[in-house]
Amino acid sequence: MVSLIKQPHARERRMIFKNVDRPGWKTDIDTYLEDGGYEELKKALTMSQPDVVNEVKASGLRGRGGAGFPCGVKWGFIKQDGPKPIYLICNADESEPGTFKDRYIIHQDPHQLIEGMVISCYAVNARLAYIYIRGEYPEGAKILERALAEARERGFLGKNILGSGFDCEIYVHRGAGAYICGEETGLIESLEGKRPYPRIKPPYFPAVLGLYQCPTIVNNVETLCHVKHIVRMGGAEYAKIGRPNNTGTRILCVSGDVQKPGYFEVEVGSLTMGELLYDICGGPKEGRKFKAIIPGGSSAKVLRADEKYKIKEKGTDGAMVDKEITFDQIPMDFDTLAAVGSMAGSGGVIVMDDSRDMVETLANINEFYAHESCGQCTPCREGSLWMQKITRRMVSGEGAKQDPAVLKSVADNIAGKTICAFGEACAWPTQSFVGKFREEFDAKAQKNVTPREVSDGVALREGRPVLVHDHEVAAASPGGVPKPDAPWELSNDSKAGHV
Amino acid sequence: MSNPSTTTALPPVQMLNVQVNGVWHQFPKGTRVIEACTQAGSYVPRYCYHPKLSSPGNCRMCLIEMGMPKMGADRKPELGADGKPVINWIPRPQISCAQDIAEGMGIRTDSPMAQECRKGVMEFLLINHPLDCPICDQAGECRLQEFSVEYGNDSSRFLDEKVHKPKHVDLGPRIVLDDERCILCSRCIRFSKEIAKDDALGFVDRGSYSTLTAHPDRRFDNNYTLNTVDICPVGALTSKDFRFKMRVWFLKETKSICTSCGTGCNTVIGSRQDVVYRQTPRENNDVNSVWMCDYGRLNFHYLHDERRLAAPQVRHSDGTFRAAEWATAISRAAAQLREFKGEEIAILASARMTNEELYLTRRLADALKCTLIDVVPHHGEGDDILLSADRNPNTAGAKLLRVASDEPGAKLKEIADGINSARIHALICLHEDAAKIGATIKALEDLPCLIASSLLPSATTAAATVVLPGAGFAEKRGSMINVKGRLQRLNRAINAPGDVRDDWEILRDLILALTGSNGLYMIEDVFKSMANDTPALAGLSLSKIGDLGVQVIKEEEHKDVPEAPEERKTAALPTPG
Repeated sequence: MVSLIKQPHARERRMIFKNVDRPGWKTDIDTYLEDGGYEELKKALTMSQPDVVNEVKASGLRGRGGAGFPCGVKWGFIKQDGPKPIYLICNADESEPGTFKDRYIIHQDPHQLIEGMVISCYAVNARLAYIYIRGEYPEGAKILERALAEARERGFLGKNILGSGFDCEIYVHRGAGAYICGEETGLIESLEGKRPYPRIKPPYFPAVLGLYQCPTIVNNVETLCHVKHIVRMGGAEYAKIGRPNNTGTRILCVSGDVQKPGYFEVEVGSLTMGELLYDICGGPKEGRKFKAIIPGGSSAKVLRADEKYKIKEKGTDGAMVDKEITFDQIPMDFDTLAAVGSMAGSGGVIVMDDSRDMVETLANINEFYAHESCGQCTPCREGSLWMQKITRRMVSGEGAKQDPAVLKSVADNIAGKTICAFGEACAWPTQSFVGKFREEFDAKAQKNVTPREVSDGVALREGRPVLVHDHEVAAASPGGVPKPDAPWELSNDSKAGHV
Repeated sequence: MSNPSTTTALPPVQMLNVQVNGVWHQFPKGTRVIEACTQAGSYVPRYCYHPKLSSPGNCRMCLIEMGMPKMGADRKPELGADGKPVINWIPRPQISCAQDIAEGMGIRTDSPMAQECRKGVMEFLLINHPLDCPICDQAGECRLQEFSVEYGNDSSRFLDEKVHKPKHVDLGPRIVLDDERCILCSRCIRFSKEIAKDDALGFVDRGSYSTLTAHPDRRFDNNYTLNTVDICPVGALTSKDFRFKMRVWFLKETKSICTSCGTGCNTVIGSRQDVVYRQTPRENNDVNSVWMCDYGRLNFHYLHDERRLAAPQVRHSDGTFRAAEWATAISRAAAQLREFKGEEIAILASARMTNEELYLTRRLADALKCTLIDVVPHHGEGDDILLSADRNPNTAGAKLLRVASDEPGAKLKEIADGINSARIHALICLHEDAAKIGATIKALEDLPCLIASSLLPSATTAAATVVLPGAGFAEKRGSMINVKGRLQRLNRAINAPGDVRDDWEILRDLILALTGSNGLYMIEDVFKSMANDTPALAGLSLSKIGDLGVQVIKEEEHKDVPEAPEERKTAALPTPG
């Protein structure tokens, strides 16, 4: 029988994924304890709360959910002297296409997450935490529930944890399958039982007005796991992993057109795009060559494999100098991926070879974002579906000459104008695909089509079945309005019958 | 009594310096950015923002360019050559509806960035909009139309099929919804939740397929639903009562008040060619904010009832009624009344009458030496929003002008008993029905003198000796005092039908016929005379009441003006970090 378990690649540095695919490893708490589990929690509880925050600040840990925001800085926003409770939320709504790292942490090492969460709760003084896990991970939710029960039983969770006097409880909350629930304020609304409409910022910064309008920290699964290792190593030691301002390890999820796709935990920036794709993932498939890569989940801007990129690098004299690099030479860190016009995002590396049609690829992405736009704010709601309609039409052979330009313009009218970052998430693919592969889009946009007359819009609806609500009643009964018995004669018994 | 708002000392307001389109202005702290722009003369278009509701920031129409003062090393704003702070402009556009102004803030409403944002949002809102303006009730007062003129494109770039959604959805007994027209601004949802306290509306489905609907188990039928039609910026929510009746640009707008309960919500009466088509609320933050109840709003159709009494009528010796000239009817009524002594006469007045009418009623009673005078109380169920349990709009006026005692209705039994026992021989019944206070039809018919004024036929008018048709609330001028003690003004929107006359004129002529003179030629004279005789109204005139009314007596029934939510107050919180 062929083992499905993969050995870590030699270039990997497994810290978060230490126990993933580890022979003999089980998810129960005894296995975890035998391996030295919960020692970091014990250590953290002997430290002062600000000290833990300071270690995380010193570590330079950046969020692994997508935005890459410094974790310690985020924690620092929490005001400790307020009257309201503080909440911590673990964002396990791993929804960005191309990303599948949190799932493995939850499935194979749930106690690492729980330990990281309890330490983080202690650091920010949260007594209650939630793991918001996407609905598509039912098994993960079960595993977490079991692990939480074990932790509670052993005194790592609940009242007076390990005799420290610190109380902390964690609950699992399952989402219902909407991408937008991964947006932190949408997640908070969902957790409160409402439609996950992201909140406007200002004023609703989670650190000030988060869950139930209380100070709230929302961190990604992988981020919270890192906290455990920061406590173990100390912030300064942790900061030596990776590159300055791009510290630690991170898990890259490679999918698409490579020989050996998979997840790989590497020191941030320790390898280049070329090393990742050739050395670790075995290069392109037989007879193919790389065409494009989306380096940080489907919303990240696409990079062309045959393009040269300009970055700034520290020269020998310490001054920043311009440098031109090839696609293969791009270091896989936060700052360089941003500098070449994309982002490290959620670590989902999606690889496309020369067999791929870029219009079809974008059409696929646009289908996703049009389906997932929550619909709250205008540019994203209308623009995401418009882009989907255009790319769908182009794929069907009905592309109009103006389509590439309109696509680009629609995307430009979304990005930066929306309530939440979904606007960018849905606009960036279109902006970058059309921008970088214009020739493919132009080739599929050959028809001369003039915009239909405005009156067509009305004509189109004719003959369409009229939809009415289930509860529609024909008679316009007066409902809850108090009724005078005669128009002018308001009688004494007229009632305001509304509830 | 004077207006409290002028006598209460307000805490000093901190003024903040804000630059709008290059010019520095001062606004009070707490001013919303979008309101500051309006005050500075740079109106920012908006769909979802409503000053009386929470700000969701969802339409993105009010995006502007914003900046904050550039801070120097000393953490003080750097000053430019003009001595004013140098502004660091935020590279991303910001919504102006959800933030309050801050010291040194810079705002650009007309920069290329702001213009581009508006144009983009306009286009997005129109691509799936049906553009059925010719048959849309909102046409003429549609924000989508208005802002389209200012910020829209002249042609569409949209080549694909529009999203289709439910049409003419029967949302509730008074509201029809066209989901294709809806731009998903959520004003109606927020109103229902925050003001009407009836969380019956919401969105289902996602993205561009998002659809406004009522809760599956609910009809949208609270007593405030029609306010959603007012605040709907497009033609998605329309009033069953008004839709397809009249193009709004033909409506003449007359400021008035609602007379269906003691609250006296301020209104605009929309009429054309002596027909009232709708009433809409008018902002008065001491009375009704910008809302009114459906019950009051729709309670005007009786004005156009086909049974409306349109000419004076006099009963002849053969028992039949004949239409008469006003002079004949008045002199006949006066002649009948002169037959009786004061104690044989009763007056049944109405607290739906204006102060001017009630004042003249009092003078008529004095002229007749009649002491048996009262109004008929009308009560219903009130609520915590606007509707008062007192369904009479002018109970306070009736009391102030001594037509009613402190206990309105206390004399009704005595009046009814007097009629039924034939102790009373003459009854003046003004806009009420004596049959409803206990007088029998037979006793009413037996009265040798029954002078009745009314809009519509009733048991009393059927038994009357003289019928004097009066005017409805939209057909006359005058004043009323609401349950909060606020003096407010009615204005004439339409002419009364037929030979109908203002009640104050009827009463004046009756007094004139009985006493020989009174010197009242205009309603202003009546008010002046009333103000002279009534200390609470001293120094006032009809014109001094103004559009928003004047507080004249202590409020009898306190109810907070409907206010939107605490959420609005959190918008000025400092941003972290």
